Amino acid sequence: MTDRTDNAAPPTQTSAQIVAIAASADMAAFEALFKEFGPRIRAYLLKLTRDGQAAEDLMQETMLAIWRKAGQFDPERGQASAWIFTIARNIWIDAWRKQKRPAFDPDDPALVPPPEPEAPDLLEQKQSGAALHAALKTLPAEQVELIRLSFFDEDSHSTIAARTGLPIGTVKSRIRLAFGRLRAALEEIK
Amino acid sequence: MTIRHHLNDDLLLDYAAGRLSEGWSLAIACHLAMCPQCREQLALAEATAGAMLEELTPVEGPADSWETLKSRLAVTPEPAPRPVSRPVSATLPEPLRSYLGGDLDAIKWRNLGNAKQVLIKTGDKTTQARLLCIAAGKPVPEHSHGGRELTVVLKGSFHDEVDRFGPGDIEDADGSLTHQPVADDHEDCICLAITDAPLKFSSRLLRLVQPMLGI
Repeated sequence: MTDRTDNAAPPTQTSAQIVAIAASADMAAFEALFKEFGPRIRAYLLKLTRDGQAAEDLMQETMLAIWRKAGQFDPERGQASAWIFTIARNIWIDAWRKQKRPAFDPDDPALVPPPEPEAPDLLEQKQSGAALHAALKTLPAEQVELIRLSFFDEDSHSTIAARTGLPIGTVKSRIRLAFGRLRAALEEIK
Repeated sequence: MTIRHHLNDDLLLDYAAGRLSEGWSLAIACHLAMCPQCREQLALAEATAGAMLEELTPVEGPADSWETLKSRLAVTPEPAPRPVSRPVSATLPEPLRSYLGGDLDAIKWRNLGNAKQVLIKTGDKTTQARLLCIAAGKPVPEHSHGGRELTVVLKGSFHDEVDRFGPGDIEDADGSLTHQPVADDHEDCICLAITDAPLKFSSRLLRLVQPMLGI
């Protein structure tokens, strides 16, 4: 459960940094966050754009958005790295693809709440970074790679199809299978 | 309310990865607003992406990257608090109300016989979004799809050759499906439909007037 890859940032530290940025515009916390995540956000955006300058620009936009939106981050509701991912993703859609990605509003009166109050402990545990990293370790390398590509490649299905010579339908079903395995692995850990 | 037709993993992962265009995303977002179970699945997908982001091999940038960022921070205006005016209650979920400019009572329907509709403007040229209201107990004309159709039920229910679809349910139909949705008897059925090709009506007359009606 606590076994983490060596190069990953401790999640509680990242959360604390974002909270500090929101609370007191803490520049030292922002610089630490930049050192830890900047190069990874750049790597993500480089995969999507295949353009070094664009990756640098979009990474900067992402960091500025993290600075501005830090107050919206709720450590109780999810992982810092997931929050950072969604910000980088939205910058990519907005600034690079010039598109919109409509999303639900968590405070909308028309939002249908969960049937019973969520057990925050359970949710937290299932999606904790440690549980996810541990679950990913139990998957075969090809399946991890498929999930990775499904997030980090602009057009994963056709890219993987072209690379492996498999039909797109087969690629999709393999990605579904891999994600299903991850869910099952998380249940086991829980 | 029990949702029986959820997002499939293809749609869920594409939405999480940000690969879906605006029209499809609008349908996904409406389903998510009505489906806590799929919201949890989305959170799981995004948490997975976050965990993988942590594991990505870092790519170093220009030596002055941090200095540049810091100088941009100095000229970044303080965030203006976003004016949020939310109604106390609503029938249609966000983000749909923003697209329509209001809730159900603000809609200017266009009559189509057993159904009425309003076309929804998006920035997405690859899809057409529309809100449909099918009169209680009435069918919409039988049609097939030149491409994909995502339908989210917002109010009431309908049934077709596939199954029954109630509030929050999403139907993912491809070009191979010919169906005739019929609204259930108890109330009008309101749904959001996204298509990437004109519907193909079985009736020749309808095909003829289709361009004029804008359907």
